[in-house]
Parts: sequence; structure tokens; C-alpha cells
Amino acid sequence: MPDYQKRIVILGATSAIAEHCARLWVKDGAVDLTLVSRDLGRTERVAADLRVRSPQSVVLVLEANFVDPPAISQLVDEIVAVGAVDTVLIAHGSLPDQAVCQQDLTACHDALTVNGISPVLFAEAFAGPMQKANHGTLAIIGSVAGDRGRKSNYVYGAAKGLVARYAQGLQHRLAGTGVKVVLIKPGPTNTPMTAHLKQQGARLANVEDVARLIVKGINQGKPVVYAPGKWALIMMVIRHLPRVVFNRMDI
Amino acid sequence: MKSSQLGIAYGMGRSYGDVCLNPDGVLWNATGLDRFISFDEVTGLLACEAGVLLGDIQRLAIPRGWILPVTPGTQIVTVGGAIANDVHGKSHHVLGSFGNHVKKITLARTDGTLIECGPAMLPDWFSATVGGLGLTGVITEAEIQLRRVAGPWLDTETVPYANLDEFFALSEASESAWEHTVSWIDCISGGGGRGLFMRGNPADVGPRTVPQGHNLIVPFVPPISLVNRLSLRLFNMAYFNFKKWQSGRAIVHYEPFFYPLDNILEWNRIYGPKGFFQYQSVVPRALGRDAVQAMLGEIARSGDGSFLAVLKTFGNRQPVGMLSFPQPGVTLALDFPNQGGRTLKLFERLDAIVREAGGRIYPAKDARMPRELFEAGYPLLNEFLKYRDPGISSALSRRLMGY
Repeated sequence: MPDYQKRIVILGATSAIAEHCARLWVKDGAVDLTLVSRDLGRTERVAADLRVRSPQSVVLVLEANFVDPPAISQLVDEIVAVGAVDTVLIAHGSLPDQAVCQQDLTACHDALTVNGISPVLFAEAFAGPMQKANHGTLAIIGSVAGDRGRKSNYVYGAAKGLVARYAQGLQHRLAGTGVKVVLIKPGPTNTPMTAHLKQQGARLANVEDVARLIVKGINQGKPVVYAPGKWALIMMVIRHLPRVVFNRMDI
Repeated sequence: MKSSQLGIAYGMGRSYGDVCLNPDGVLWNATGLDRFISFDEVTGLLACEAGVLLGDIQRLAIPRGWILPVTPGTQIVTVGGAIANDVHGKSHHVLGSFGNHVKKITLARTDGTLIECGPAMLPDWFSATVGGLGLTGVITEAEIQLRRVAGPWLDTETVPYANLDEFFALSEASESAWEHTVSWIDCISGGGGRGLFMRGNPADVGPRTVPQGHNLIVPFVPPISLVNRLSLRLFNMAYFNFKKWQSGRAIVHYEPFFYPLDNILEWNRIYGPKGFFQYQSVVPRALGRDAVQAMLGEIARSGDGSFLAVLKTFGNRQPVGMLSFPQPGVTLALDFPNQGGRTLKLFERLDAIVREAGGRIYPAKDARMPRELFEAGYPLLNEFLKYRDPGISSALSRRLMGY
């Protein structure tokens, strides 16, 4: 009988953070990975890399529609029909331009959908089968931007805030079961999503370090993981600033 | 890559000069292209994107019985950079330069076309791109033939030498039996010429405890260079005598042997805010001894010295690329704290010796060579220029090729 391989499903597998998490998982030993994204070609490149790093791992690639509820439901049904999952990482998202969202309601709608509603629908689709199996860890990537609305980024922040409140509720629902829900809140990280911020001189965390903290947090089943950890402190201060002070800040 | 400004691919920025800089234009960051594509554990053929680091390849391949045949003194460089500078290492006399082991390159041109080239496929494009300083297009993918290896260990020997004649005799005697040779030369004491000859062969010694690499970091830039006349004199004397006392055979892990500086993070900071220059030349073997002696003489006369002075003989093989640096002969690599005019004056005197001996300077490490010396050293330059991508330009290309 072959050794049991941990089954991991990643939604948004071409995201740099997700890809680096996957590299860490295959480094630890052979795993059964299902990579889901909306771009098959790019995901195949990620999969090829992981297969070279870990020839013993099984890497499956799926293309998906990330905003259509019936399509999400069907995809997740197909994934869980094969067998129980140990870890689900919901990592997709895109950073919108706040100014554009204020001018163009379609852009605003799309940003809210892809960063807020879509991850929640995926989590909801997985939560039922995982609860039934009474096993697994469901990890969702939120953001420090979801901790308090700020003028420079509140559409994205609102979507991530939705994810945070949803994760909180799901943690409540699944408390006392064998399913763990992990909400991950990365700070600004050096990835293609933030390349324009880097050009503006922003200080960004190293994606490998962020991935390491996420994988560790998932292994420990921590309810909330800030990555890097310093953001827990920074956001605690930001959340508690009185409005008179906060509203004077240009952040 | 489509933009109105001219750009150049930028990897880890480990080149000492301006080959990867573009102050008036754009840098295309290649480090995101960091995926492996395929690896055949039977044949050792590896395909990867150009932003993969040599260190990533070593860590992947060595446990599976394969190793990079050629590696420079740091593994924190990208595959694309290693090809574009056709880097060399301690194994040149046996295995040539990095380009000797590249089977295929995918080149993205700024007009949107992709060119696939290799030794057997569009060999002219291959020859222009290997050592082509990133100027023929952006290297996006490559296939590299790795070399069989038993494990991460090397059987090494350190032999002190008293002068250049002894160095050349040791080189001659070591080239057939040792895969890796290099030497550190003390260019200060006694007019220069004494040094430590290091040689190594891959060793099958079974599993051993891998040394724990502890990273040191130079935490800040000191206000002045810590490498100066006084510290150099002390360092070179201490280093030579310590190593001489330690000399002999030893089994060594590949990381400290190939990459002695990689675990001292930000080591370049010790040179202070003005930084340092590298000066690496190669001169033909016939005139090598006299030319190296003359260069050591000039350095001694200047009163400045070099801390990481490296002397090595290159093998008798034709370079792969039109602008590849390694050619048959002896190469001397030196670094000097930047002391402005005084340092540049010294380089002019070293240039004269290199020019006289029919040698050339390594563009990957250069920030100041005169254009005329570049043209004299690289006779295939005019042929190379036909392959340049008109959308690509670097500080080095503007300095040495006009645009």
C-alpha cells in the first residue's frame, strides 16, 4: 500500500503567495495537490515546477470560473467526490485601483466579487463536505486591509473585511468539529500584484517568508495568522485609533 | 516588455559593474521567472525559467546525483545572468564556461518575437546570446546539461606557493588530475606573488553531517571603507599564514568551497559608501607570467592592495559566445576600494599591461574600461552588434558600444 499522501487544494494557484506555499508543501514530502485557477496555461507552468521539485507528488490542474455560483458548486463537488481533502487554501484575489472603483461601479463590483464574494462561496462550498468528513483545514487569505477601512483602499478592504467576518462565523459554526478554519492576513507582500507599489517605494515583505508563516499557521490550525507577524500589532493600533485621530491620517 | 524606453533584464544584481544597470531607462525584473520546467534524472537535462537561481538548481539536483558543471563564486545569481555573462568557475580548465553546458535558450525580443537557439539550432544567435550581456533579447528559459556527481562533498587540497613560477608549475601539474583549481594571491607582501593554491575533486565519501551554514550579515555601511592599506596588510599576512598552517587535504562541502562569501550577507558593505571596483583580466598563457608579475608590481607601487585577489589558469578552449570573457590564458581578479582618481589611475596602468599582452577585461565586472580596450579585446564585437535588440540598452552598452 502506498504511503498516505496529504490532499491539498489551492484556489488561485497562480497567486505568488499560493505558489510559494505549494513549494513548501511539496518540499516537506510527497503530497496530492489540486491547483485551481482561471488560467490553465499559467497554472500548468506552476504545476510543472512543483512536479520537478517533488516527482513523487501528484499535481492536478483545473480551470474554473471564480464568480459563477453554480460553477463553483459543481467544481467543489467534483473535487470532494474524489476523496476527502486535508487542506484547502483559498488564495485568489486582485488588488483594484481605489480611484477607479470610485468612478466606475463595474470595476467596484468586480473588485468586491473577486476578493470578497468569490472566496466566501468557495469556502462555503467546501465547508459542508469537510464538516461531514469532520476533518481538514480550510484556510482563506484575507488581508490586513480588511481590519479597518481606509480611504486609499477601502473597496478591497471591504471585500477582505467580508472574508474576515465570514471566517469568524464559520469558525463559530465549526468549533468543536474536526475542521479548522484559518484566516490569513498578509501585509503588503512583494508579488506581481503589488509590483506598482514597489515602484512607488513601498516596503514589501518577502513572499517566501510570508508563505512560510502561512504554512506554519495552517499546520497549527491557528484561527488568525498575520504575516509577517508584526502586522498583528500594527493593525491592533490602527483598529483602536479614535476616529478623530484616524480621520486626519493620510493612509 | 513593450515600452517607449529602452530596458535591460535585471536578475539578482550581483554583477559588479553596470552591465545590469540602466539609469536612463527601464529594468525588467526577471526574478519572478523562477520556475523549473522539467528535469530528466536519467540524462541530467534541466529546463527552467531564466530567473531560477543557481543555488536553487544545486539544492534540487545534488541530492538526485547531478550538479552544475560550472558555477561562479556565488550561487545567488540567476540562470539568465549566468548565460548573459557566460560566467566561469574553478572548473574552467576541464569544463569550460557556463555556456558550454547550455543546450537551448529562449530569447524574447522586444518586437514580440521569440527565438529559440542552441549549439545545434540557430548557433549564430546562441553564440551572440551566450556572454551577450543581455543585449540580444531577454532570456526567458534555458536548458542546461548537468553533470553526474556522487554527493555534495569535495576532496580538496590547499598548497601554499612562494612566487608566480611555483603557481604556474602547480597549475600545470593540477590541470589534468583536478577538476577545480583556483588560487588566492597575496598582492601585498614581498612585492606580491605568494599565495595559496586550492584544488578539488568531487568525492564519493558517503553521507556526512552537513555543516550548519550560519549567515552573518554586515549590518550597515561603515562611514569609510574597512578595507584599507592597514587592514589589508594585516589581513593578507594573517590569512596567508593561517591557511598555510592549515594547508593540506580535507573533505569539504561544496557550499564553502564554491561560495565562500555567500553566507556573509551584504559583504560588499565593508567597502563603505563609495563601494569598490573589480578588475578582472585574462592574458594569453605565453605572456601570462610576465604580465601578472607586472600587474602585481604596479599594485605594489600604488600602495593599494586587493583583498580578494584571485589567480587562475583558463583551459585551452575557444569561448562559446562572441563576447565571452574566458579565453586560453591566465586570469587575475582584483578588487579595490573606490578611492576615486587614484584607483582609476592604477587601472590605467593595469590596462596598459593587459593591452600590451593582448588580453582583455571581463565586462560583467567592469564599470570603467576604455572603449578602445574593449574593442581590442573582443574582435567579434562587430559581428555581435548585428544581433542586438534595438529595444535593449544598458549603462554598459552605452558606455562601450555607443547605445
